Amino acid sequence: MNLQVLESQFWSLCLQGLALGFIYVLISLGYTMVYGVLRLINFANSEVFMVGTFATVVAQVGILQNQTDAQPLNGFRLIYTLTFALVFSMLICGFLGILVELVAYRRLRALGAKPLGFLISAIATSIVLLETTRILTFSRPQTSPRLLDKWSFGEFAGANFRIDTVMVIISGIVIFFTLDRFVTKTRLGKAIRAVSMSEEISKLMGINLNRVVSLTFFIGGLTTGAAAFFYTTVYETTQFNVGFNLGLAAFTTAVLGGIGNLRGAFYGGLFLGVLEQFASAILGSQWKSVTVFTVLVLVLLLKPNGIFGEAVQQTRT
Amino acid sequence: MINLRDKGASVWENWSPPARSSFVLIVITLVALLPYAGDFGPTSFLNTPISSYQAVLVYPIALFVLMGLGLNIVVGKSGLLDLGYVAFFAIGAYTMGIMGTMTSLNTWEILPFGIFFAMLAGLLLGLPALRLRGDYLAIVTLGFGEIVRIIALNLEVTGGPNGVVGVPTPPPILGQKFELDDHKAYFWVILIMILLVIWMVRRFTVRRPGRAWEAIRQDEDVAALMGVNLLIYKLWSFTIGAAVGGAGGVIYASKTMFIAPDMFTFNTSILVLACIVFGGLGNIWGVILGASILAYLPERIRFISNARQLVFGLVLLIIMNVRPDGLLPRKKREKILQKAVK
Repeated sequence: MNLQVLESQFWSLCLQGLALGFIYVLISLGYTMVYGVLRLINFANSEVFMVGTFATVVAQVGILQNQTDAQPLNGFRLIYTLTFALVFSMLICGFLGILVELVAYRRLRALGAKPLGFLISAIATSIVLLETTRILTFSRPQTSPRLLDKWSFGEFAGANFRIDTVMVIISGIVIFFTLDRFVTKTRLGKAIRAVSMSEEISKLMGINLNRVVSLTFFIGGLTTGAAAFFYTTVYETTQFNVGFNLGLAAFTTAVLGGIGNLRGAFYGGLFLGVLEQFASAILGSQWKSVTVFTVLVLVLLLKPNGIFGEAVQQTRT
Repeated sequence: MINLRDKGASVWENWSPPARSSFVLIVITLVALLPYAGDFGPTSFLNTPISSYQAVLVYPIALFVLMGLGLNIVVGKSGLLDLGYVAFFAIGAYTMGIMGTMTSLNTWEILPFGIFFAMLAGLLLGLPALRLRGDYLAIVTLGFGEIVRIIALNLEVTGGPNGVVGVPTPPPILGQKFELDDHKAYFWVILIMILLVIWMVRRFTVRRPGRAWEAIRQDEDVAALMGVNLLIYKLWSFTIGAAVGGAGGVIYASKTMFIAPDMFTFNTSILVLACIVFGGLGNIWGVILGASILAYLPERIRFISNARQLVFGLVLLIIMNVRPDGLLPRKKREKILQKAVK
């Protein structure tokens, strides 16, 4: 127990927690969107994230020809590189999401399989993704070049506002609220909400079910890809097994806020990120996940549907 | 497609009792002779390259069948998704490891303790967790599995990341010695445990708990309306499943003589779950078939060492796409019921 950090590093921990939390939020949208529509856990999402981290490195090193030990870029070149890597990672993950749906879900949905069948086929897909990456990268960790010079905006109340932390938080807010607007305001978003209310009735209303499901996986992939980009930018290294822990945390995030509920995932992720930072500072980082799961159980006991309740739609019969 | 399960059941029902018991005896004998199959000419294709065939037969195959049967009570019979089943296996193994090295008790005396502690853990986890619904239960059990592993990794009594070394092997029974390089005896012990579990599950299925589990699995709300005490029967299912896992853990620790936290990761839970879904959820024979295949396959194709997990994943994916209900699905009776509802 080290309670002193509460005084000395309170705001610093909060800031780091928020940055981590936004990465969780973005990954957890990949779980929550799919769950909202299909009522199924998208277990392959953690590996989609893993592929995204490699896609980021490929975009920076392979396509834009930056050396792994390159000097930080600046000006237009920097913005161009980061934007390109972000979009590349998002698109790769988005299309991978569609592919996962085609391979692991579509035929099983047509056959009317039970939820556990989907779970296993999703896990099988994630094994395939994981093993392919492992073989292709020879199980070696891959460092990403430090293209973004990590200067600090300065310290406020003991918290170090570094450029990458601030970038993750601002972009996280932007991406999340864009998605939120998309789901609540647009026609396609309406279709997603309709399917999550009732598959059968939305079919009767002329909604192309398969297209909506593909779209959901695509959007989930997009946000997961964004998270992968931010993760790689902040931590500058990735490995084939990076998906497991982050996927687990993101899944916990989704459940904490009420799985299927976008805004729930938002608050759940921030809460979880901050909680993890405090737990590792106070109890030591080895007890981090124990604390997280204990809190999760307590929350679920008090609010069995997560803090903000379930589902994309507002009401449920 | 032919439903092997129903075909088999109809043949079985037409047999006379003596024919049935002799068939069972023959099957048990054949299975008990499996350790010799690797050396015996016609069946030597079963032999696994690189790893010893008899060792593979004990772990993973026999232990996975045992764990699969235990998890099947929880997931298959009562429909509670448990993603942290390896925790009970770990608790059994650590009970054996710690008590075996610190006290003078032998494996058979520790076995009840291992089962007891696993059941206790099941009860402690189940009391809060079983009030939750489907997917929330899944994440809580998943967390529990991780917590047990992390605790084992960080406590001194469990040896931290180094684990427990020098776990004693069981003393001989009926003159059969248990030695490190002799895997047959372990196989027979686990086989007896598997048979006991099969018998137990079959008895439960036709009695009150089995009917209660079936009701809970099909519809919790209706079951509650019909007067089934949800929490009690879910707890029973959970703790009995835990007991089987704990028993498996004790034998496992006693066989490998060494346990470490990284033997009990989430992957093992997932693999056991994959075994029972792959074989046919809720059907004992399907579970046994699924666990045997999924535990055996990676060892058999070890010669493509680097890609064997990849091939495993692909096979799993293809089979799930072709037979989403598993190789040997549950009885047809239920399907007829479903049709009637539709």
